[in-house]
Amino acid sequence: MHPAPSVILFTTFSGLGFGLLFWLGIGYPPVTGMTAFVMFAIAYLFAVGGLLASTFHLGHPERAIKAFTQWRSSWLSREAWASVVSLILMAAYGAGLVFLGQRWTILGLLGGVMSLVTVFTTSMIYTQLKTVPRWHTALTPVRFLAFSLAGGALLAGQIRPAILLLLIAGLVQIMHWMRGDGALAASGTSLATATGLGRIGPVRAFEPPHTGTNYLLDEFVHVVGRRHSLQLRVISLILMVAIPVALLMMPFNHVIAFLAVASHILGVLVARWLFFAEAEHVVGLYYGKRHA
Amino acid sequence: MTQLPAKTERKLGLVIDLDTCVGCHACVISCKGWNTENYGAPLSDQDPSGANPRGTFLNRVHSYECQPDDGPAQLIHFPKSCLHCDDAPCVTVCPTGASYKRVEDGIVLVNESDCIGCGLCAWSCPYGARELDAAEGVMKKCTLCIDRIYNENLPQEDRVPACVRTCPAGARHFGDFADPESNVSRLVAERGGMDLMPEMGTAPVNKYLPPRPKDRIEDKAATLETVAEEPTGFFAWLDRALDRLPGGPTGNRTQKETETL
Amino acid sequence: MGYQQPVVNTSPEVSDEVRKTTCYMCACRCGINVHMKGGKVAYIEGNRDHPVNKGVLCAKGSSGIMQHNAPSRLRAPMRRVGPRGSGEFEEISWDEALEVAVAWLKPLREQAPEKLAFFTGRDQSQSFTGFWALQFGTPNYAAHGGFCSVNMAAGGIYTMGGSFWEFGQPDWDHTKLLMLFGVAEDHDSNPIKMGLGKIKARGARVIGVNPIRTGYNAVADDWVGITPGTDGLFILSLVHELLKAGRVDLDYLARFTNAPCLVNAAEGAEKGLLLRDDDGKPLVIDRATGRPAPFDRPGVRPDLGATLDRDGATHRTVFQLMVEKYLSPDYAPEAVADRCGVPAARIRAIAAELARVAFDEAFEIEREWTDFRGEKHARMIGRPVSFHAMRGISAHANGFQTCRALHTLQIVLGTVEVPGGFRFKPPYPKPVSAHPKPHAGVTPGQPLDGPHLGYVTGPDDLLLREDGSAARIDKAYTWENPMSAHGLMHMLISNAHAGDPYRIDTLFLYMANMSWNSSMNTRGVIDMLTDTDESGEYVIPRIIYSDAYSSEMVAYADLILPDTTYLERHDCISLLDRPICEADAAADSIRWPVVDPDRDVRPFQSVMIDLGARLGLPAFVNEDGSPKWKDYADYIVNHERKPGIGPLIGFRGKNGDKVGRGEPNPDQLDRYIENGGFFEAHIPPHAAYYKPWNAAYQDWAVALGLYDSPQPYIFDLYSEPLRRFQLAAEGHGDRQPPDHLRQRILDTMDPLATWYEPDQTGNEGYTITALTQRPMAMYHSWGSQNAWLRQLHGRNPLYVSSKIMREAGLKDGDWARVTSPHGSIIVPVMEMAALNDNTVWTWNAIGKRKGAWALTPDAPEATKGFLLNHIINELLPRRGDGLRWANSDPITGQAAWFDLKVRIEKAANPEERTECDPAFPPIKSPVGTGPKELRWKVGR
Ligand SMILES: Nc1nc2c(c(=O)[nH]1)N[C@H]1C(S)=C(S)[C@@H](COP(=O)(O)OP(=O)(O)OC[C@H]3O[C@@H](n4cnc5c(=O)[nH]c(N)nc54)[C@H](O)[C@@H]3O)O[C@H]1N2
Ligand SMILES: Nc1nc2c(c(=O)[nH]1)N[C@H]1C(S)=C(S)[C@@H](COP(=O)(O)OP(=O)(O)OC[C@H]3O[C@@H](n4cnc5c(=O)[nH]c(N)nc54)[C@H](O)[C@@H]3O)O[C@H]1N2
Ligand code: SF4
Ligand code: SF4
Ligand code: SF4
Ligand code: SF4
Ligand code: SF4
Ligand SMILES: [Mo]
Repeated sequence: MHPAPSVILFTTFSGLGFGLLFWLGIGYPPVTGMTAFVMFAIAYLFAVGGLLASTFHLGHPERAIKAFTQWRSSWLSREAWASVVSLILMAAYGAGLVFLGQRWTILGLLGGVMSLVTVFTTSMIYTQLKTVPRWHTALTPVRFLAFSLAGGALLAGQIRPAILLLLIAGLVQIMHWMRGDGALAASGTSLATATGLGRIGPVRAFEPPHTGTNYLLDEFVHVVGRRHSLQLRVISLILMVAIPVALLMMPFNHVIAFLAVASHILGVLVARWLFFAEAEHVVGLYYGKRHA
Repeated sequence: MTQLPAKTERKLGLVIDLDTCVGCHACVISCKGWNTENYGAPLSDQDPSGANPRGTFLNRVHSYECQPDDGPAQLIHFPKSCLHCDDAPCVTVCPTGASYKRVEDGIVLVNESDCIGCGLCAWSCPYGARELDAAEGVMKKCTLCIDRIYNENLPQEDRVPACVRTCPAGARHFGDFADPESNVSRLVAERGGMDLMPEMGTAPVNKYLPPRPKDRIEDKAATLETVAEEPTGFFAWLDRALDRLPGGPTGNRTQKETETL
Repeated sequence: MGYQQPVVNTSPEVSDEVRKTTCYMCACRCGINVHMKGGKVAYIEGNRDHPVNKGVLCAKGSSGIMQHNAPSRLRAPMRRVGPRGSGEFEEISWDEALEVAVAWLKPLREQAPEKLAFFTGRDQSQSFTGFWALQFGTPNYAAHGGFCSVNMAAGGIYTMGGSFWEFGQPDWDHTKLLMLFGVAEDHDSNPIKMGLGKIKARGARVIGVNPIRTGYNAVADDWVGITPGTDGLFILSLVHELLKAGRVDLDYLARFTNAPCLVNAAEGAEKGLLLRDDDGKPLVIDRATGRPAPFDRPGVRPDLGATLDRDGATHRTVFQLMVEKYLSPDYAPEAVADRCGVPAARIRAIAAELARVAFDEAFEIEREWTDFRGEKHARMIGRPVSFHAMRGISAHANGFQTCRALHTLQIVLGTVEVPGGFRFKPPYPKPVSAHPKPHAGVTPGQPLDGPHLGYVTGPDDLLLREDGSAARIDKAYTWENPMSAHGLMHMLISNAHAGDPYRIDTLFLYMANMSWNSSMNTRGVIDMLTDTDESGEYVIPRIIYSDAYSSEMVAYADLILPDTTYLERHDCISLLDRPICEADAAADSIRWPVVDPDRDVRPFQSVMIDLGARLGLPAFVNEDGSPKWKDYADYIVNHERKPGIGPLIGFRGKNGDKVGRGEPNPDQLDRYIENGGFFEAHIPPHAAYYKPWNAAYQDWAVALGLYDSPQPYIFDLYSEPLRRFQLAAEGHGDRQPPDHLRQRILDTMDPLATWYEPDQTGNEGYTITALTQRPMAMYHSWGSQNAWLRQLHGRNPLYVSSKIMREAGLKDGDWARVTSPHGSIIVPVMEMAALNDNTVWTWNAIGKRKGAWALTPDAPEATKGFLLNHIINELLPRRGDGLRWANSDPITGQAAWFDLKVRIEKAANPEERTECDPAFPPIKSPVGTGPKELRWKVGR
């Protein structure tokens, strides 16, 4: 798939933002007042900023409101609802903390859970797609949630959980990659089933329908070289997990914490880029651009 | 709307005959022409005179080579547009309801005024049947020429999709798959019409007729009996054969006339 | 909750009005319905009533709207201001343009009309342009046929009075087995696709003979991936098999062909000609009497196997000569298999299948008909095997004879002009005798002494001057290519440049992209067009060109006469020319301005009418010297070739009720428009088959004005005109060929269809044949200016067989150097498996010159697109005899595009390569470049 910057930013930051909201919702750290304000501001900046970024890739952002209508079937619509609900819940909860010094625990728990639900709905947008075998797995939501939780914990300064969760997230990510690399082949979809011509003999794409490009090729057919991808995977793991964990093991200080967060975010951005760039949409088969 | 109707009254769609399609792209361009001028926003083109020309098309013709075990490679032209799937994932993923499947005929359409151009429906379509128009920011797809097939301003015989009307080889057939007696249902039954990517569970309405077996002439043809290997024998045979021609045997032809004229 | 869905307007207005005219995105000339909205062209679809396309339309036709509105359209007459080839022009007025043209042409006409060479491309008004040239008085006129498919045309006419292509078609409704040779697209573009569709729908079968398996050959049930240039051998091997098995239609051969005619065996100047009676009628032996008789005498039963002893010589029939030639082991499947690249078993199987379908699946149509001998036949016998062929067999230097071989095959099967077989389209059949002979008699200030092009029957008809040199600038009808029935446009520029046979002054071209894709040796041609002499003048002093678009050729002209698009002008697709007839009907059609031009352009034919009047050409002015015709529309209606016969057959006569013959009708064009832009005259059912011999057809054709009197004839399996050239080469007669050509004439001009290997001079080490094919969605160079079509074919890789890919160590996308004896190019390659092992190919005419066609200079057509033309030369490599031999068929002069032999290797430094080689500097676009985005919608 085409790694569109807006979508990479969206999934990265909204994931972190909602992860942080989750931790805040369940009361870790138990902040109030100005500290709460700063933490909530960061969480909202990430979550809302991410959501806003996602509208950049819309053809008609001005109609975005219509996306709320189809919650019964559409994960995207559900995501819209979930994010708004969690943002409202958490806003009320946060207002209590910041302005009233009140902790409405139930509200916080609800908001926290809804924040995770939001992340889950986001992940389901990708998971549901049979057309992208690499994504079509329960590991995808696990991966999204793991990163959201880990990143949230990191942002929330929950050092020990963060270390543990980062390691788990790293593990999940590795599993996701390993499974993903064989996913298209394992999916049973091939140029032979795509064309129904397999019964004649091995099928090879000959002339494409057009010599230039088009939306489908731009959007769905992005090929990352194997070596390039391995390098990026290693880099992303180092940035996303290894460096933050190492830094967190050191005695706490704000610079180190900031560096850990920054490294993590960079790592997640790289991982997200790979998440999209490596995802083989089956339509590429028709163009002979997939070798399953 | 974004949910699929439990059942559609009719199942309109296309049969594409891969044994007949010569790969001429006529259907591609007539589709472009009709749909640029009709339903919804025009199908735009970017950089049409430049280095990277690209544009929105609702129908595209690929071509593939197949290599059988025991014969020369074959080439198959392969037109592809929306298959108007019964279990259309493009409809259920749509957050706005812009994508829907019509209950009366099963046509999958995009209501452009509701479309936010999120692209998700195109992501969910395994066939590459949807293209987001770069100029209009809305999703475009084959409408099965909904503005032709019921169009009372067109003569009855023209109420077929533009691509079907124009296909010079007659490789495209339009009809109702819900009716087992329809032209399309019969073709599918007779020629073993097939689904693309059945494993995707999309239950496509459009069907493809597979190419007929090829390069079998040596197996099929009889052998010729020899009447003569060389001219002399041949002329002897010829004399006998000519006698059997209309007009019957000729008595005196064996005496060659000597010039007297 | 119930299922809700939006309401869609399923009955929008389609258009305000439909205007029916004729497509011109190619020469197939389909009928189109142009849907108009607010006076603009909104949508184009096929006309269901039209005889050619019956409603369907190809990709080109469907994108006419993009062609009609192309940004590359020329806008006004132009005069060159920069050097030739720079593309620098100034726009001038029409008056000025016409004055310049007259100032150039008038002195030529008065002193030396041959100094004007007027050549047109795939023009559809050749009867008009030819008429203009004749009136001007220059012998130097022809259209594109010489580089296109004259072998096909001439091979057919010399054998059976017509050919495939525009001359005839398979009986699509009855045929059960179609064998297709060397066709990628054809002029009969939509009808062939429709026909293949019909065959497929019936479950009938197609055999495709083509080195490349795409398009029609991809849908063929059986594919014969033949080695290029060997079809004649393959076909004659099929004939060999059929003869050996006695599976030939003896009755048909005896009645309708010259197979029973006696060939003169006496030594002397008549040897090998047919024996004739005192009236000049070929003689046969009548089976009823055993005595010689003219072939057409009522009641005669020609004997295929008879001989006649006369004057000490035994004269035998054509059929006996055929048997002797084709039964020879040289034509046995085993003997030809390797050369043809077709296994012997396959050749045998195909022969058997042809015989089985022709004879065992024969059928009858209950329709009475009477032949030219007066014999009545109760029914028509169908032999449901048909053939079709095009440039794949004709664009080789043995193409004329290969075409004859194919006709021989279909004739021995008895499948020409019978149900299920091949059928002529009026005005064909038309034997050589019904065609004019070529003329080149020049008198300054006067018209030429007769039509330029025609069919020679022997050396006497050649167009040679007193000193034996060529009378025409293209050297048509000379010993080098005696039967060059369409002229040799591909030799025009090189001969004019060389001043051989003489110098010309003005080159006037119409609709031919001669500085690019229609020339061989493109770089060389560019140099010739820009070459100057010692005094700094151009060697070809003046070039006038009419194009509608900013093509590569525009830059090389001095004066540009911009044409309209096909939706803006009158045109006439006439029976005098290349009509749109079908086997069951004579038909012609028109174009008319469905919209007015929005630029300062004029229809070319109207401009020629204006020019004709200004030059005072006799047929273009009244007695008082005033212009005879207002414009082309006026000419179409009022011009008469012979009394009562004009460009259009429909709605003639004062009341418009006459067909074919009748006085001009001032309302004729309106009547055509009402009728959908065309007219059809149906052939009565009992005249629909056996046309060359069917008395009812002959009478119908006379009534329509196709002939002045019935012209029945028999097929020339044995061609006397060819034999006459051989006789000259043997030393008979007073017109003698130059010595260096004698042997070649003897070898190639066999009166019986034959096969010889094209001249391989200089090809040592070049073992791969390089071919081109027309893409169905592109018309030569025009398609690239079309925003929709260029997205389909914006560049063209060289398709390379898997075997060659491996041998040369190539993979998809690599750059390869392709070298011919003439030069080399560097191009991207792609693998193809369904391809003859020793063949590579690419799409024709996709490559473009930077700056042409209103494309930006970085357009893929100009960087990743290429022409094979750079490595094809109009001359063969030098063989050291001091002569340059043309890369043409030695009989007709047909350009041998497909004889190109190359070798291939991986290009050096591929990383540095971004463009094909050669890359020419850009020309300046006289029209700028197109817009950045298109959202084409004229309604709402
Ligand atoms: N390598 C290779 N080369 C080939 C061939 C091949 O098979 N292989 N085929 C050969 C054959 S058969 C042919 S016929 C030639 C064709 O070659 P050309 O005859 O040169 O064909 P086009 O490129 O179509 O060029 C015709 C010109 O007509 C102009 N034109 C289009 N419409 C109009 C109009 O309405 N009015 C006027 N006045 N001009 C118009 C176009 O702009 C273009 O410049 O190519 C030959 N060249
Ligand atoms: N779409 C479209 N239609 C066109 C044109 C166009 O440019 N575009 N051009 C028009 C013109 S001017 C012409 S002349 C016609 C030409 O129409 P075609 O005759 O169909 O011309 P080509 O495309 O040159 O195709 C030649 C075919 O012959 C095959 N071939 C080459 N050598 C051999 C051989 O030795 N043996 C056999 N059996 N096959 C061989 C090639 O593989 C190719 O398939 O098309 C006309 N129609
Ligand atoms: S083909 Fe694609 S766009 Fe069409 S209905 Fe099926 S899934 Fe949807
Ligand atoms: S692009 Fe439009 S039609 Fe497709 S899912 Fe998004 S809103 Fe629905
Ligand atoms: S049915 Fe209409 S919209 Fe669909 S591919 Fe055909 S022409 Fe295009
Ligand atoms: S128009 Fe018909 S023959 Fe041509 S590509 Fe389309 S389906 Fe195939
Ligand atoms: S074949 Fe195509 S381009 Fe040629 S006249 Fe017909 S519709 Fe037009
Ligand atoms: Mo041609």
